[in-house]
Amino acid sequence: MSRLDVRKTYKLYIGGKFPRSESGRSYEVVSASGEFLANAAMGSRKDVRDAVVAARAALPGWSGATAYNRGQVLYRVAEVLEGRRAQFVEEVAASEGLTARAAGAVVDAAIDRVVWYSGWTDKIAQVLGNLNPVAGPFFNVSAPEPTGVVGVLAPQASSLLGLVSVVAPVIASGNTAVVVSSAARPLPAVTFSEVLATSDVPGGVVNIVTAQTAEVATWLAAHRDVNAIDLTGVAGAEGVDWAALEAEAAGNLKRVYRPALADGAPVEPDWNADPGLGRIRAFVETKTVWHPKGL
Amino acid sequence: MPKFEYAPAPESRAIVTIEKSYGLFIDGAFTRPKATFPTVNPADETVLAEVSQAGPKDVDKAVAAARRAYEGVWGRMSGAERGKYLFRIARILQERAREFAVLESLDNGKPIKETRDFDVPTAAAHFFYHAGWADKLEYAGLGAPGDAPARAHGVVAQIVPWNFPLLMLAWKVAPALATGNTVVLKPAETTPLSALLFAEVCQQADLPAGVVNIVTGDGRTGQALVEHPDVDKIAFTGSTEVGKIIARSIAGTAKKATLELGGKAANIIFDDAPIEQAVEGIVGGIFFNQGQVCCAGSRLLVQENIHDQVIAKLKRRLQTLRVGDPLDKNSDLGAINSREQLDRITMLVDAGVAEGAERWSPACTLPTKGFWYPPTLLTGVSQTHRVATEEIFGPVLTVLTFRTPQEAVAKANNSAYGLSAGVWTEKGSRILWMADQLKAGVVWANTFNRFDPSSPFGGYKESGYGREGGRHGLEAYVTTAPSTLTGAAR
Repeated sequence: MSRLDVRKTYKLYIGGKFPRSESGRSYEVVSASGEFLANAAMGSRKDVRDAVVAARAALPGWSGATAYNRGQVLYRVAEVLEGRRAQFVEEVAASEGLTARAAGAVVDAAIDRVVWYSGWTDKIAQVLGNLNPVAGPFFNVSAPEPTGVVGVLAPQASSLLGLVSVVAPVIASGNTAVVVSSAARPLPAVTFSEVLATSDVPGGVVNIVTAQTAEVATWLAAHRDVNAIDLTGVAGAEGVDWAALEAEAAGNLKRVYRPALADGAPVEPDWNADPGLGRIRAFVETKTVWHPKGL
Repeated sequence: MPKFEYAPAPESRAIVTIEKSYGLFIDGAFTRPKATFPTVNPADETVLAEVSQAGPKDVDKAVAAARRAYEGVWGRMSGAERGKYLFRIARILQERAREFAVLESLDNGKPIKETRDFDVPTAAAHFFYHAGWADKLEYAGLGAPGDAPARAHGVVAQIVPWNFPLLMLAWKVAPALATGNTVVLKPAETTPLSALLFAEVCQQADLPAGVVNIVTGDGRTGQALVEHPDVDKIAFTGSTEVGKIIARSIAGTAKKATLELGGKAANIIFDDAPIEQAVEGIVGGIFFNQGQVCCAGSRLLVQENIHDQVIAKLKRRLQTLRVGDPLDKNSDLGAINSREQLDRITMLVDAGVAEGAERWSPACTLPTKGFWYPPTLLTGVSQTHRVATEEIFGPVLTVLTFRTPQEAVAKANNSAYGLSAGVWTEKGSRILWMADQLKAGVVWANTFNRFDPSSPFGGYKESGYGREGGRHGLEAYVTTAPSTLTGAAR
C-alpha cells in the first residue's frame, strides 16, 4: 500500500513569516484541468496593510545594503530555486496546464531571469547614473536610488516566470515589495516565498499576499505609504479596472507602471522576451548631488 | 549694520515693446486677440497688456497644428537639422537677452539682477545644451538593445508656472524639440509675456509653423490641453494639488506625464559648517526669487548649539537686503507675483504666528502700490506647524533645530515633498552620508539653488516624477514604442 503524502498548507508571506489571512478565509485553488489542488489563504485589505508595514520596515536595511550584497542574495535565490526545480515544475504544470517538459522550460527561464537580475544590482547606478559637466566649479553627480515600497500586481497567467520577472527588478535596485499573486494560480508564488525565506532575503523585502486581485488591488493602489505600483497583473484579472487603480495611485503621486496594452486592453507581456531595463528604470529615482570645487 | 545708500539705477524699459493686446500663437502666426484679460506689473499694479483666454476650440486648433507639424515636418526631420533650429533659438535668446530680462521683470516682479544674470542666460543655455542632443539620441542610453530606437511621443502639452516663466519654458520646450516632439505650451495666467515674445523668436528662427504653439489663459485652458485626446504627453510644473488632478485625469489613457511640483526643502546647517558661507547659502536658498521657488530652502534646520549665532548673523545679513523696484539693478528682492500669492503668504505666516512661531523682519520700506512682502524669519517653529509642513512660496524662512545627524535626517525627510535639500558641513564623509539619507531629487552640499541644463532636476514622493535636464531629462520625451510615422528620419 502506498504511503499517504503530507500536503502543504499554502499561506501568506509577510515580514518573513508565514501567517494565514487575518480574515480567516481561504479559497479553493484548482488546476488548469479543474482538479482540486489546495486551499490558499485569501488575503484581505488588512493583510495588504500589514504587508506594507513590513515592506516599509525592511526598506532601510535593504536599500542601504551594498549593491554587491543584494546581488549575492539574488543569486542565492536562483540557487535555491534550482534546488527546488522539481517542485516548481510540478506546480507550474498543474497551475498553467503545461506538459512537464514545457513547465521545465518555464522554471529554467525563471531561474535564469533571477540570475540575470542578480548581476544587474551593481551595474544599475553605472548604467543609469552619470557625472554632469555643469558650467561652474561644482562636482555634480546623478545616480538612481530605489523609489521605496512598491506594490506589485503579479501576472495572472504566468505564475512563476511572470512572477519573478516583476519581483526581481523591483528588489534588485533596493526597493521592497508587496506582491499580490495571481488569483487563480497562487501556488507557485507561495512556494517562491519559501525560496525567498531560505535565501538570505531579509524578512519584509518581499511580501506575497495570495488574494482576489479585484478585492485588494484598490487598497494597495490607494495606500499612502506605498511609493509605486506595478499594474502588470490587471491583465486577465476579473473585475479590475486599471484606470481606477491608476486614479487611486494619484492620491500620493505613486509611480505607476502601466500594463501592456493591445487594442486598448491590458495584455500579459511575453515573458520570454528580453526584459530590458524598463522595469528597473520604472522604480528608481534619480538623485543629483552638487558640491563646490575649490581650494 | 548700516545699509549703504545707493542712488536708484533703473534699467530702461525702452528696450522692450509691449503690444496693447496679444492673440494666441498657433501654427506659426498670432491669432486676433479675443476674450482678453489683463496681465499686470506686480510691482505697481499697472496693466502691461491684454492677453487672450484660449478656449477649448483654440486648444483644439493648437493641438491640430502641432500634430500636422509633427507628422509633416518635425517628426521626419533629421536630428542634425532639428538641432540647428535649437542652436538658432539659443543664439536669438542671447541676442535679445536684455529685452527678455526687462520684460520678465516687468511681468513677474523679480529683480532685473536675477532675470539678467540667471533666468535669461540659463534659458539660452538650455536650448544650446539640448541642440547638441538632437542628433545624438542613440548615444543617450535610452531603451535597451533590441528595442526600437527611441523616438518622439508626438504632441506634447506643456504647462509652466509663473515663478520662472521663460526659464521653465526653456526647460520644457528645448528637450521636447530636441527629441522631435512638437509643443503646445501654456504659460501661467499672470506671466504670459515672455512666452509670447518667445513666439517671435520662433518666427525669427524660421521654425516650421506648428512646431511650437503658445496658448494663454487660466486653469481652464490648461485643463482643456491636458484632457485633449490628441495630446501624447504632458509636462507640468506647478502645485502638487494640480499635479494630482493631472495624474488622475490621464489615468487609464496612453498619455504620459512628468510632474515637477511643490517642495519644502530642508537646509541643514551643522555646527562645523563654514558659517559665513552657510548664511549666504541660507539667504540665497530662501530669498532668491522672493522665495517663489519650488526647491527653495524654506525649512532651516540648524544644529542646536549654533542656533543663536546663526540667527544673529542671518538677521544682520537680512538688514542689508534691498527690497524694491524690480528694474533697479540694486534690488535684491522684487515684488510678489500676484495678489493671490501675497494673500497666501500673509495667511500662512499669520497661521504660523498664531501657532506660536516668532516672526521677525528687517526694517524696510515697502512700496505702497503693488504686491510686496518683507523678508521674514519664523523662529520657535515646531514640526507640526503649518509653516513647517506647507509650502509658503514666499520670502519666509522657518527655523527648526536638531542635535544629531540622525535627527536632522528624520526631520528633513518628514515631509510629503522631496524635491531638494541642503547640507552645510566641512566634514566630507558626513556630506556623503547625509546625501544618501535625504529623500530628495537634488541635494546641494555647501551650496544651494544651483541649476544647470546638464544637471537633472525633479522630485521624490509628492514633489512629482520625471526629471528635467541632463541625459535623464531626455527620457521623458521619448518612447521605444514603434513609430506611427512612415519614413521618419532620425
